[in-house]
Amino acid sequence: MEILVCIKRVPTVGGKIAVTPDGQEVDTRASGFSISPHEECAVEEAVQITERAGGSVSVLTLGPEAAAEQLRGALALGAHRAVLLETDGREFGPIATAAAIADQVRAHPYDLVLLGNEAADTGDYQVGVRLAHELGWPVATGIKNLTVADGGVVARREYRGAEEAYSLPLPAVVTVKEGINLPRYPSLPGRLRAKRAPVDRTSPEWAAEGLRKQALRVPPSSKHQAEVLGEGAEAVPSLVRVLEEWGVLS
Amino acid sequence: MTVLTLVELDGGELADASLRALTLARSIGDVNAVIFADAAPQNTLASYGVTDVYVIESSSLEGYAPQAWARTLAGLAAETGATAVLAAGTDRGNEVLAHLGAITGLPMAANCTLVTPDGGQTHRLVRHRWAGLLLEDAVMDAPVALFTVATDSVANVSAETPAPIQVHLHKPELAESDLLVRAAESPAGAGGASLATARVVVGGGRGVGGPDGFAPLEELAGLLGGVVGVSRVVTSEGWRPHKQQVGQTGTKITPELYLACGISGAIQHIAGCAGAKHIIAINTDPGAPILAHADYAVIGDLHQVIPALIQALRAR
Repeated sequence: MEILVCIKRVPTVGGKIAVTPDGQEVDTRASGFSISPHEECAVEEAVQITERAGGSVSVLTLGPEAAAEQLRGALALGAHRAVLLETDGREFGPIATAAAIADQVRAHPYDLVLLGNEAADTGDYQVGVRLAHELGWPVATGIKNLTVADGGVVARREYRGAEEAYSLPLPAVVTVKEGINLPRYPSLPGRLRAKRAPVDRTSPEWAAEGLRKQALRVPPSSKHQAEVLGEGAEAVPSLVRVLEEWGVLS
Repeated sequence: MTVLTLVELDGGELADASLRALTLARSIGDVNAVIFADAAPQNTLASYGVTDVYVIESSSLEGYAPQAWARTLAGLAAETGATAVLAAGTDRGNEVLAHLGAITGLPMAANCTLVTPDGGQTHRLVRHRWAGLLLEDAVMDAPVALFTVATDSVANVSAETPAPIQVHLHKPELAESDLLVRAAESPAGAGGASLATARVVVGGGRGVGGPDGFAPLEELAGLLGGVVGVSRVVTSEGWRPHKQQVGQTGTKITPELYLACGISGAIQHIAGCAGAKHIIAINTDPGAPILAHADYAVIGDLHQVIPALIQALRAR
């Protein structure tokens, strides 16, 4: 099984998120970068599949030169090859991103392409689906359980309390969500191998899209610092009064 | 201007997320709804200002097939001359609109909180980035604007004057390939109230201490008619299943009350619970970030506070 996993480099945000003064980007002066969470699980899933069934895992990202760091992170988790679609710093929209990935898939005999259901930063919810349409392949999204059998995959997710199962012939595109597995920690030999591994590079073409970002901003918060009702169990009577006032207790 | 809106059912009723999408749709133009069901909840649709509903019966399309749903919307958009097509920002809504974007080659904006026609083929919009931790002001130029609605940020408000509603039975034209990927559905486990739509959520974080510490939270949730949700550390430690996770990579919740117990409040968790009407934090640390997002706080150990609260509620 030849698997391609598409990952994205995103800022690691912890306690706070801020925007640069020009309103165009997340302020990353005080943060590092990591693989978007759903996609880290996609890498783990691909590695597990090839550990069981053989084959190899290629990992791809579209981003600046610095995104090679996330490719090496994926190599350390067990991916075999890395491809950087290097951008000049401009943000690619979902249509151009899908087109650039499709070009790579057409040039290699992949059986399965895995992506995250949505990137943590832009949250476009569509690159995987657009990629599948570009390729004419079937696609399932938001998947939290994947099994490979008889030239196809069965992809499962939950919706409104019911389980949905999708049977897809290969080749196929599947977008996954965190919870499909618990990604391993990279081993020391894995990290060493990743450090030395080559990264294939190409520069895809940027194209304008019909949806254009004007500015990013932090939403106004409706909440202020909490009023402290008290300490420990002694606060319970006040707590119950608040719940009564809000009509939560019926 | 006709605005075509995909609506979903949840347990036989119109899904809350769809009611929110209809509320936003009404601010843009005349709302036509599309529903994949054997019957439309006409009265509810009319009370949200829907003038026409297109009903796609199971005789023409049984079960959920995302590409077929999108193909149906594409056909109806052309037929009605819609200037916008939208859906709730649910798993299905985002998936179907992504297919519609791919089929038509049009851009699609996910999880919008505001959409305003701006003349010609232009819409100005505000949408979520970082699951709502940031807002993006954007401009969309497209003959038909495709977008989904952020279900935890747009209120659910019925129309002041309900419209008389016309029901159209519609048979979509589908290709075999549209039906290749479709859901085989089976009921999952015991079911129970869903985290996404629960009226009360009792949240547990690292402070719960381990997989054995959740029984009091379950008991409290039961007394309050709610469900238990957890933070990311709880699922990554394997204490509870991932489907109980509240947050950016888990479920976004919109309860009347979120009681966050032993949860420090990482920003990704806030992205999941910011849609709660009221938040109360129980935490040993008065400096925990969650307190900046809560209405009230109790400073203390949840292992003492929750049993006392259970006792007080039982005594009422």
